[in-house]
Amino acid sequence: MSSYSDLKQRADEHWQSLVAGDRPWIRVGAAMCGHAAGASEVLGALRAELAARGAEANVAEVGCLGLCFAEPLVDILRPGSSRLFFDNVAPGDVPALIDGYLLSGAVRGREPLGYLGDAPIDGVPDLNDLPGMRLQERIALRNAGSIAPGDVLQYVANGGYAGLNKALFDMDAGGVIKEVTDSGLRGRGGAAFPTGVKWSFLVRSPGPPKYILCNCEEGDPGAYNDKGILESDPYTLLEGMTIAGYATGASNGFVFIRHGHDGPIVRTEEAIEQAYGAGLLGRNILGSDFSFDVEVSLTGESYVAGEETALMESIEGNRSMPRSRPPFPAAAGVWGKPSNINNVKSLAYAPEIISRGSGWFSSLGVNRSTGTAIICLSGAVRRPGLYEVPMGVTLRQIVDEIGGGVPEGRSLRLLQTGGPLGGVLGADGLDIHLDFEEMSEAGAILGSGGVIVADDTACPVDVTRILVAFCQYESCGKCFPCRLGMTHLLEVVERIANLEGRVSDLGLMETVGQTMQAGSLCGHGQLGFNPIKSALTHFEADFRAHIEEKRCPAGRCPMPKLTPRNMRPFADELRRPAAASAAP
Amino acid sequence: MTSDSDRLRERVRRSLDSQKRPTVTVLSSLLAAHDELGYLPEEAIEEVAAYAEASINDVWGVASFYTNFRFTPPAGRIVEVCWGPTCHLAGATDVLLRVQRELGLTGEGETADNRVTLKYNTCLGACSQAPVMSVDHHLKGRVTAETAGEAVGALMER
Ligand SMILES: Cc1cc2nc3c(=O)[nH]c(=O)nc-3n(C[C@H](O)[C@H](O)[C@H](O)COP(=O)(O)O)c2cc1C
Ligand code: SF4
Ligand code: FES
Repeated sequence: MSSYSDLKQRADEHWQSLVAGDRPWIRVGAAMCGHAAGASEVLGALRAELAARGAEANVAEVGCLGLCFAEPLVDILRPGSSRLFFDNVAPGDVPALIDGYLLSGAVRGREPLGYLGDAPIDGVPDLNDLPGMRLQERIALRNAGSIAPGDVLQYVANGGYAGLNKALFDMDAGGVIKEVTDSGLRGRGGAAFPTGVKWSFLVRSPGPPKYILCNCEEGDPGAYNDKGILESDPYTLLEGMTIAGYATGASNGFVFIRHGHDGPIVRTEEAIEQAYGAGLLGRNILGSDFSFDVEVSLTGESYVAGEETALMESIEGNRSMPRSRPPFPAAAGVWGKPSNINNVKSLAYAPEIISRGSGWFSSLGVNRSTGTAIICLSGAVRRPGLYEVPMGVTLRQIVDEIGGGVPEGRSLRLLQTGGPLGGVLGADGLDIHLDFEEMSEAGAILGSGGVIVADDTACPVDVTRILVAFCQYESCGKCFPCRLGMTHLLEVVERIANLEGRVSDLGLMETVGQTMQAGSLCGHGQLGFNPIKSALTHFEADFRAHIEEKRCPAGRCPMPKLTPRNMRPFADELRRPAAASAAP
Repeated sequence: MTSDSDRLRERVRRSLDSQKRPTVTVLSSLLAAHDELGYLPEEAIEEVAAYAEASINDVWGVASFYTNFRFTPPAGRIVEVCWGPTCHLAGATDVLLRVQRELGLTGEGETADNRVTLKYNTCLGACSQAPVMSVDHHLKGRVTAETAGEAVGALMER
C-alpha cells in the first residue's frame, strides 16, 4: 500500500470517530475574530460546564467559518445528526446550550443560526441557504471553521494531500506548472501576476537551494484573509507550498508572518510539525524522491516588509527595505538564491487545482479573472466576515446580499478596497465586478481582498486622512520621493481635515503625488497617492467644502489626530509655540 | 556579585540560545530578546551583535526600524488600541480618547504609576469585530468608549 493510501485510511478512521462516534463534537470558532468576540471565555465555560455535569463531548477550537458577525460561533454535532450552529454565544448561554440541545436534543430557547449536514434539523434553516453563505464558493476556505487546524488527519480525511499525491506520482513538474497556468490562477497578493508563469521562472534557475516564500505579512488594515487561512486551515497552504516546491525544483520554503500574530504563527508551526510527523514534509515526501523543508520566519512590525524584495531582506534579518529590481527574485532572491514568492491565497488554491483540475478552476470567475476572491468585509455592514465568492460577482452582491447592507436607516457613502494603497470608491462603485481589470480601471484594486464600507456618517476627507496617515507611518524611508512625499501629503490632508486647507492644496497634492508615482522605488510610494487621487475623483465636493467653506458636510472634521508617537516627533513641538504665544 | 546588567545579559543570551526556528538572524535574535525582556536595553543589542556576528551599529539599525521594538521597559500591562480605517470608522477615536483619559495619558506611553503601557496598533487583525483593542495581547472586539474605559479602568485599580 502506498504511504498516501495508508495515511488516508488512518485519517478516515479518525474522522469517522469524530463525526460518527458516540460523543458529541462541539466546535468553537477561535480565529482572531472569534477571540475578539470572546471565544476563549466561551471555551472556558463549555469545558467547565461539561465537567460539572460529567458530560462527555469533544470540544475543539476551529478557525473562522467566515461568519465573523456571528462570533463566538459554536456548533454542536450530536451523534447521528447534523452540525447545529449557535451565533453570538456568551459564556452565560452555555449551561442552557448543554442542558438543552447537547443533552436532550431538543431545539428550544435560543434560536440556532442554521445546520450543516445531510440530516435536516426541524425548524432550522440550512446554513448554506443563508444569504451570507449562498453566494459563496469556498475553495481555499473549504475546511475553515470545520476542521481543527492542529490535526493533519482531519485535513487528509477531507481530501487533503490528494493533490500533492497526484502531483508526485501521476505528474511531472512541467505537468504541474501547466495545470496551474491553465487554471488561469493569478497572484492574490496585489499584482495579479499569473502564478504558473511565475513558477516557470524559478524552474529555469539553478539550484539547490531554491526557495518558495509565502507572504503572510498582511499588514494592510482591513485584511485578515491570509491570517484567516493560516489560523483555520494551515495545511492547505503547506500542501500548496509543497506542490510549488515540486513543480519548481525548490528545496525549502518559508512562511513569512508578522511577529505578534500568535494565532497564525502557533497554528502554522503546529501544522508544520505534524506534517513532518506524517511524512508530508522533509525527506522523501509520501515515499517519493522529492524532499522539501518548510519553516516559519517572523518579521517585526513593518507594512513594507510585505513587498517581495523587502520580505527577503527581512528573512535575512535586515531592515525590511525594498531592493531595486532587477535582479528579480527568480534569479537572485533570499540570500542571493533563486526564490519564488507568492501570497498565502495563491498557494492555498494549488491543492484543489491539482486534485480537481485546471478546467474546474477556470470555469469559475470571469474573463481573465478565474477562481474565487476571498473578501474581508468590514465596516458599516450588518454581517462583516470572511467570504469566498466566485470572481465576477459585484461589490453590491457582496455588500448587500452577503453583508446585509449598511445598518438600518443609513446609506452607503464610500467603499475602500484592496488595502490602504488601493482606492476609495463612491456608492456607484457597487456595480463594479470582482475582475482584476475592471477593478483597476475603476481605480480600485482588489489587492488584499479587503472591502471596507462606510455609511453616510463618515466623512471622505477624514477617511482619506487615516489612509494617508497609515501610508506615511509605514513608508520605509529608503527613497526620498516616498519618504518626503508621504509626509508632505499627510501634512496637507491633515490641514484640509482641520478646515485649514488652502485653495492651492489640491494642485499641490497632485504634484507631490505624481512625483511619488514616478520616482519611488517600490509599490508603496508608487501607489501612495492612490487614496487621495481616488478620493478626489469621487469626493471632490467634500474636499472643496472643507477648503473653501471651512465646513465638513458630514459634521465630523476636525477630528483629534491620534497617531503613534514616533510618527511625527516634531509636529507637536512645532505647533506649541504658536499656541503659547497666542495665550495672554 | 552579579550586577543587574549581567543578569540582563544572561537572560538575553539564554533567549538567543533557545531560538527554535532553524534560521537564526539579527532580526530573529532581536525578537527573541524582546520577547524575553519586553524591551531592548543596550545590553541586548550588544549580546545580539556578538551572537549574530554583526556590528552593534547594524543591530541598532534593524532594531530601530521595526515599530514593535522598544528601548525602555514597558509597564506591567499592555493595552493596544487599533487606529486602522475600519476601527476608525467604527469609533476608534472615541475609544482612544476615553482610554487615554482613564490612563491619564495624551498619547502612547506609560501611565504615571507605570502600571499600564498604551500603544496604538495599525490593525489588530480582527477588523470584522471593530473597534478592536487588546489587553495583554488578548483581543477585545466590538468595544465602545464605555466598555474600553471600564476594561482599562480595572487595570488601574488593581
Ligand atoms: C508596500 C507593499 C506591501 C505588500 N504587502 C504584501 C503582503 O502583505 N502580502 C502579499 O502577499 N503581498 C504583498 N505585496 C505584494 C508582494 O510584493 C508580491 O507581489 C506578492 O506577495 C506576490 O504574490 P502573488 O504573486 O501570489 O500575488 C506588497 C507590495 C507592496 C508594494
Ligand atoms: S517607495 Fe517608500 S516604502 Fe518603497 S522603498 Fe521607497 S521609501 Fe521605502
Ligand atoms: S482595522 Fe482595526 S483591527 Fe483591523
